Amino acid sequence: MSDPHAPDPHAPDGAAASAVAEAPAVGAPNVDEVESVIIRFAGDSGDGMQLTGTQFTNTAAVVGNDISTMPDFPAEIRAPAGTLAGVSGFQVHFSSLDILTPGDAAQVLVAMNPAALKSALSELVPGGTIIVNTDEFNASNLKKAAYATNPLEDGSLKGYKIHPVPLTRLNRDALKDIEGLTTKDMDRSKNLFALGLSFWIYDRPLDNTLHWIEEKFGKKPAIFEANRRALMAGYHFGETTEAFQRRFHIPPANLAAGQYRKITGNEAVAIGLVAAAVLADKSLVYCSYPITPASDILHSLAALKNYDVRTFQAEDEIAAMGAAIGAAFGGAFAVTGTSGPGLALKSEAMNLALVLELPMVIVDVQRGGPSTGSPTKTEQSDLLQAMFGRNGESPLPILAPATPGECFDITVLAFRLAARIMSPVVVLSDGYLANSAEPWRIPDVSAMAPIQIGHPTAIGLNGTGYLPFARDAETMARPWALPGTPGLEHRIGGLSKEPGTGNVSYDPTHTQQMNDERRAKVAGLAEYLPEQDVYGPESGDLLVLGWGGTFGALRQAVIQANAQGRSVAHAHVRYLNPFPRNLAAVLGRYKQVLVPELNGGQLALLIQGRFLKPVIQLEKLQGQPFRISEIRAKIDEILG
Amino acid sequence: MTTETIQLQPVPMTKADLVTDQAVRWCPGCGDYAILATMQKVLPECGIPRENVVFVSGIGCSSRFPYYMNTYGIHSIHGRAPTLATGLKLANPDLTVFVITGDGDGLSIGGNHLIHTLRRNVDLNIILFNNRIYGLTKGQYSPTSLPGHKTKSSPMGSVEQGFNPLSVALAAEATFVARSIDVHTKHLGEVIKRAVEHKGTSFVEVFQNCNIFNDGAWEDVANAKTRAEHTLELVHGQPMIFGAARDKGIRLNGFQPEVVNVADVPADALLTHDERAQVSYHYLVSRMTLPEFPVPLGVLRSVDKPVYEHQVIQQGRDAAAKMGPGSLEDLVASNESWVVSARNGLH
Repeated sequence: MSDPHAPDPHAPDGAAASAVAEAPAVGAPNVDEVESVIIRFAGDSGDGMQLTGTQFTNTAAVVGNDISTMPDFPAEIRAPAGTLAGVSGFQVHFSSLDILTPGDAAQVLVAMNPAALKSALSELVPGGTIIVNTDEFNASNLKKAAYATNPLEDGSLKGYKIHPVPLTRLNRDALKDIEGLTTKDMDRSKNLFALGLSFWIYDRPLDNTLHWIEEKFGKKPAIFEANRRALMAGYHFGETTEAFQRRFHIPPANLAAGQYRKITGNEAVAIGLVAAAVLADKSLVYCSYPITPASDILHSLAALKNYDVRTFQAEDEIAAMGAAIGAAFGGAFAVTGTSGPGLALKSEAMNLALVLELPMVIVDVQRGGPSTGSPTKTEQSDLLQAMFGRNGESPLPILAPATPGECFDITVLAFRLAARIMSPVVVLSDGYLANSAEPWRIPDVSAMAPIQIGHPTAIGLNGTGYLPFARDAETMARPWALPGTPGLEHRIGGLSKEPGTGNVSYDPTHTQQMNDERRAKVAGLAEYLPEQDVYGPESGDLLVLGWGGTFGALRQAVIQANAQGRSVAHAHVRYLNPFPRNLAAVLGRYKQVLVPELNGGQLALLIQGRFLKPVIQLEKLQGQPFRISEIRAKIDEILG
Repeated sequence: MTTETIQLQPVPMTKADLVTDQAVRWCPGCGDYAILATMQKVLPECGIPRENVVFVSGIGCSSRFPYYMNTYGIHSIHGRAPTLATGLKLANPDLTVFVITGDGDGLSIGGNHLIHTLRRNVDLNIILFNNRIYGLTKGQYSPTSLPGHKTKSSPMGSVEQGFNPLSVALAAEATFVARSIDVHTKHLGEVIKRAVEHKGTSFVEVFQNCNIFNDGAWEDVANAKTRAEHTLELVHGQPMIFGAARDKGIRLNGFQPEVVNVADVPADALLTHDERAQVSYHYLVSRMTLPEFPVPLGVLRSVDKPVYEHQVIQQGRDAAAKMGPGSLEDLVASNESWVVSARNGLH
C-alpha cells in the first residue's frame, strides 16, 4: 500500500526481519512471526510463474498484508524451454508494515530449473534461501543454462540455504492416477505444487486459490483435479517433510480501515478511463494498437462494452491517434494508449489534436528504449519526447502517476484537464507501474466531482456567429461545438489560423498570437493544479526530486536515511507540464537537489533549463527499477 | 428581455446553404471546381440535415475541399482522414461523413488507412480525386501516374507501375466501388448520391484534371466528343454496350473480356453488369482500360455487408442486455475485495 504522506519509522530494507518464537507444538516446526518477506518465483516461461506469483499475491492481500509485486518476464512469447532467455520471474514483497516497493532483493528464491537459478541468483540476498526443483537439474538443462557443472553439487552455492525438492516427481506421484491426464498435463501443475509449498511455509490459507482453481477449471475435471491435488500436495509436502524446520507468519498490516482490492497500474488506468467517462457523461472511445506493456488496457476496456465503452483496434498507432481525434470532434471522451515507440508514431497526429484544440487523453506506458528496446522492462525515458517530440512549439499537459493505484486518479484528472482547456493530455505511466500490484483502498465514486462539459448550441449564440477559436476568459478553452448541432457548422484544420475565427491565416501577428494563446492555455493550468508537496523537512541540505514509478524506492530510501539521522526531503512531481507553481520556491529551500531517474536525466534537464538550478543526477538505464540501496548510497555520497 | 423557446423546424438544405464565405483558391481551370459544384448541387437531394454532414480531408489540393463546403469539416493530416472519419463515426454513427482524398493522400501515404477502412466497412463516403500527379507540392509523380511519366522527381520517366484505384479498393473488400469524371457532372452527381445511399464504405474514384501539372491526363475519356467511344457506362442489369452508335459490346471469352461488335453476336452473349456479383467479376471489369477496352464508369460494385460501427454499437447493446448496464461502483471494487476493519483504534 503506498500512502505517500504517511511517515513510516518501521520500513524494512531488503534483509531485516524480526523473529518471535512461539511455543512449538510437539514435532512441529516453529512458526516465526516476521514483518516482511520478499520471495521470488522463477521458472521457464512455460512453468506458470506469473500465475504462481499472482495467486500468492492475491492470498497475501486478502489476509491483510501490504503487498508490492514485480513481474519480470521476457519479451518473447515462448523461448525454447529451459533456456536463459525463457526465464520468467515474479517477485512478491508482502508485509505487516507499509511497504512501497517489491524489494531490492529477494530473501527466498523458488527456482524451477537451472536457467531460473542462474538468472535469478543475482536478485537473491547473499545467504538467502533457495527452494529448488532438483528433478530439472539434468545434463541437458544444465547445458541450456550454461552451467559447466551442477551448482547444487559443485559448492558454488555455499552460504545460501538450499532446500532441494524433487518437485517434478513428487508432483507426478500426486497426480498419477487421475484419468485422462498426460505426463505433460501433470507437469503443467508443477507451479501449483510450488505454490502450495510456499503457502505452507508462510502460513497462508489455501481457500482463495482453491476457489480460483474451481472457477477456472471446474469444467475440465481432470485439469481441475490435477491443479487441486498439486496445490495440496505441495502444502502437505511442507507439513510432512522435515526439510522445512521454520514456518513464518506475517501478520496483517495496519492499513487504514476500509474496503480494499488489489490493483495494477494498467487496471487502474482502465477503470480510471471508465470513471472519467461516467463523470463526464460521455461514451468512452478507446483507440489503440496492441503494444507491450499497454495492450492490457485495450483488453480490459474491450470487456467493458456494457459501460458504453467502444474500443477500436486500429491498423497502426497513427490510425489509433487519428481515430481519437475524430471521436473527440464527434463529442466522445476519446483516448489512445501506447508505449514509447507508439508515441513516436503518433507525434504528427498529436500536433493536429493540439492545434484543433480537442480534448483527449494519451496514455504512454513507458518501456526500455530506444527503438524496439526492451518491451517488458521498465524505464521512464519518454518525458522529453512527450514535451518536445513534435514539430513547432507544441505545449501539451503531461501528468505522471507515482504508484499503481494513483494511475486511477491521474487518469481521471487527465480528462478533467483535457476538457477544461480543450487539449490533449499525456499520461506517462511505465512498465513497472503497469504490472505491479498493490492493495488499493476502493474510492467512493459517488463523492467524485463530475466533469462538467458544455457544448454550445446555435440558440446560445444570441445572434452572433460561431467563432470556433473564441476563448473562455478563465481557461482560454475554445467552445466544443459538436457536429449534428444545427447552426454551428464550421471547418477546422491543421494549418495556421486567425484567432477567433480559426480561418486559415499565415498573417505574422496571427501566428504569433495563436502560439501565445496555446502556450498560455497550458501554462494556466498551474493555477488550477495543486502545489507541490514535500515529504520530510521543509528545507535543508538535500531534496530528492523524482517523478513516476520510482516513488517507492525514493520514498523508502529517504525514510531510511532520516531514520539514521540524516535530514533529507522527498518531492515527487505528478505534474510535469506545467510544473507546480511553487516548484521553483521548493527547490530554492534546499542546498542540493538529487534527481534519480530511469533515463539519462530528462527531468534534470527540464529543471535545470527552467529554473537555472543545478541538480545532481542519478541515472539508471538497466530495465530495472531503482533499488532502495542505490538511492541510499547516492544520498550518503552526497551528504558525506 | 424574455427568452422564448425557439422551435427549430428542419430547413431543407439548398445549394446556396452549402457555399462558404471562403474564396476558393484552386487554380483557374482545375477540375475540383466541377466536383465542388456537383457536390453542392446533389447533397441537398440526399435528404440529410446539413448539420449532420461532415467533410474530412487530408493534405493536397483535393483536401482543401472542406473549406468550401458550409458543413462541419476537418482538414487533417496527410493520408489520415479515414482514421479521423472512423473515430467520428464511432462517436456519432448518425453523421454522414465524407472523406475527400487524392491519389497521393489516399494511395501513397494514406494507403494503409484506406485499405483498412474499406475492409472494416465503416459507413462513410470516400471520394478520391485522381489526377495522376502531386499537385499541391508542384508536380511529382504519384502512385497512379503511368510508367514513363516525366516529372520533377522523375526527369527520365517514372519507372513504377501505377495502381488502379478500383482494383485496390476491390482487393480491400470494398462493398461499394464506383468511378466518374469531374466534367461528367450529371453522371458524377448520380454516383455521389448512390454512394451516400449505400450503407458501408463507398469508394468513388473521380478522374480529375490538374490543368497546371498534368493537363489532359484523362482527355480521352473526359472529352465529351470521344467519351462515348472510350468509356463504358455500367448499369446494373444492363448488357455492356458502348460507343457513340452503341454498336460495341463486351463479352467474356474464357476468363478474359473482349470487345465485340454488337451486331456480330447474339444478345445474350454480352456481359450483363451485376453490381452484386462475386468480387472476381468486379475485379475483372476494373482491369479494363484503354487502348484495348473502354474505361468502365459508374457503380461497379454495391453489396451489403455488416457495417463496422453498427456492429460495435450492437455489441454494446448486447453486452448491456446480457450483463446489465455497467456499474462504476462494481467496476472500481472488482469482485475480489476485502475489508480492513479498524484495529487497536488505529485508522
